[in-house]
Amino acid sequence: MIELLGLGFWQRALAAGLVLALLCGVLSVFVILRRLAFIGVGISHSAFGGVALGFLLGIDPLWTGIAFSAGVALAIEWAQTRGHLEEDAAIGIFFAASMAAGVLFLHLSGTYNVDVFGFLFGNILAIGERQILQILAVAAGVLAVVALFFKEYVFISFDEEMAWVCGVPVTFLRALFLVLLSLAVIVAIYLVGIILVSALLVIPGATARNLTGHLRPMLWVSVGTAAGTTLAGLFASALLDWPSGATVVLLLSGAFFLSALRHRLRT
Amino acid sequence: MTDLPAVQLDHVWVIYQQRPALEDITLTIPPGRYVGIIGPNGAGKSTLLKVILGLIRPTRGEVRVFGEPPESLRKKGQLLGYLPQKPLAHPQFPVTVLEVVLMGRYGRLGLGRRPGPRDREAALAQLERLKIAHLADRPIGALSGGEQQRVFIARALVTEPRLLVLDEPTISLDACAQDDLFELVHDLKEDYGFTVLVVSHDIGAVARHVEDVICLNRRLYVHEPPPIGRLALESTFGCSVEYLFHGEIPHRVVRRDD
Repeated sequence: MIELLGLGFWQRALAAGLVLALLCGVLSVFVILRRLAFIGVGISHSAFGGVALGFLLGIDPLWTGIAFSAGVALAIEWAQTRGHLEEDAAIGIFFAASMAAGVLFLHLSGTYNVDVFGFLFGNILAIGERQILQILAVAAGVLAVVALFFKEYVFISFDEEMAWVCGVPVTFLRALFLVLLSLAVIVAIYLVGIILVSALLVIPGATARNLTGHLRPMLWVSVGTAAGTTLAGLFASALLDWPSGATVVLLLSGAFFLSALRHRLRT
Repeated sequence: MTDLPAVQLDHVWVIYQQRPALEDITLTIPPGRYVGIIGPNGAGKSTLLKVILGLIRPTRGEVRVFGEPPESLRKKGQLLGYLPQKPLAHPQFPVTVLEVVLMGRYGRLGLGRRPGPRDREAALAQLERLKIAHLADRPIGALSGGEQQRVFIARALVTEPRLLVLDEPTISLDACAQDDLFELVHDLKEDYGFTVLVVSHDIGAVARHVEDVICLNRRLYVHEPPPIGRLALESTFGCSVEYLFHGEIPHRVVRRDD
């Protein structure tokens, strides 16, 4: 264990894991309060199409991933607010289509290699200096925007219609939040991969909600849950030689069930 | 400025999926009135309110609130006070009473600015006015239905509205609390001089407390005004849209003729 901490890749993995836990822990509270869990799943799966497009075009998959998921998220929003489609149907259709597009892009690019596997299931131990900087920049940017519009996001989560009547620019803030989610999803992919990234955006907030009825403590508990399970998951996966992303998500799920049990016992 | 009608609808239609919710509504509400809107379920009462608030754009026709379309009024920061039918959509939502009232100031404050001492004072003053200041730090979900109602009225008041719109405010209240609420709204109207629009299915309560009554069932037809009393109003509940003045003003009835 001690030797592990001296290794550069391990230090990078821990640092990245903690920053992502902070980012996803905060967003997760709003995902839960605004009932966006399913759109989180939709965005993360649609990221597959974007990442694969990056491989096809030879561009850093980070950028194509962000652009693609943000585009899909805004398309879902558009289809839904125009009343063409129910939101859940819109998400179901768009994310299946983007995954299919991803498979096609990969086929066309002729690379079905270990990189792709890393994006699907996460490979935080392979993270380099460059990715650390990307994660830091995205996390700082997203958290700054959330802090700036915090009161508006609380109001919108509480009552969107009323927020509009009170003069809050609801349409802009809704779309912006989807872009923020897309950004977080793409950088969090390093930790747990596309398939599991929605867990980081849903479970910490859901766990915190079970443990407290106040907003600020909810944010702390959510971030704490995400950080604690990420660290524990990384160490456990190193000791047991398990896949790190899956271990983190299983620990997160375990934390949620314990919190649900506690919630049941108290009420 | 004050002579402009509070609300003016000109041949307004709202059509949902080929089915009309409001048909050809033409209506003028002078400023400073206490107006009740009654009608059966599905008559389009809430839709009418949302059209006035700017939440729903009419399929056809024009809406003017104090002489302007609701959206441009909102953009200029002239907000309307609104009490939705189910104001607490998430009963477990983690906010306190004071935070809920402060939300009424958020649009006025603008993006990125936190409520300051003046906003807190305004919010607390309204809580005081509505006699629920002692509940300021309680979670909103812990309050009774009547107390919650007052919190949401306080939130509507801190937007400093010229028009207060209430959608079925009495639905979760017992008979006594219902009368209290109508009285409270009456007193607020006297104090602030705003126009009040209140939707209710409870024709008796509306007839006792408001100055004018609009009877809505999707449509509006204008007829010559025969005299009509409160009993007659009740017997014509199945009507289309009526605008009745009672008291000193000559009665006018508008009813369906198909």
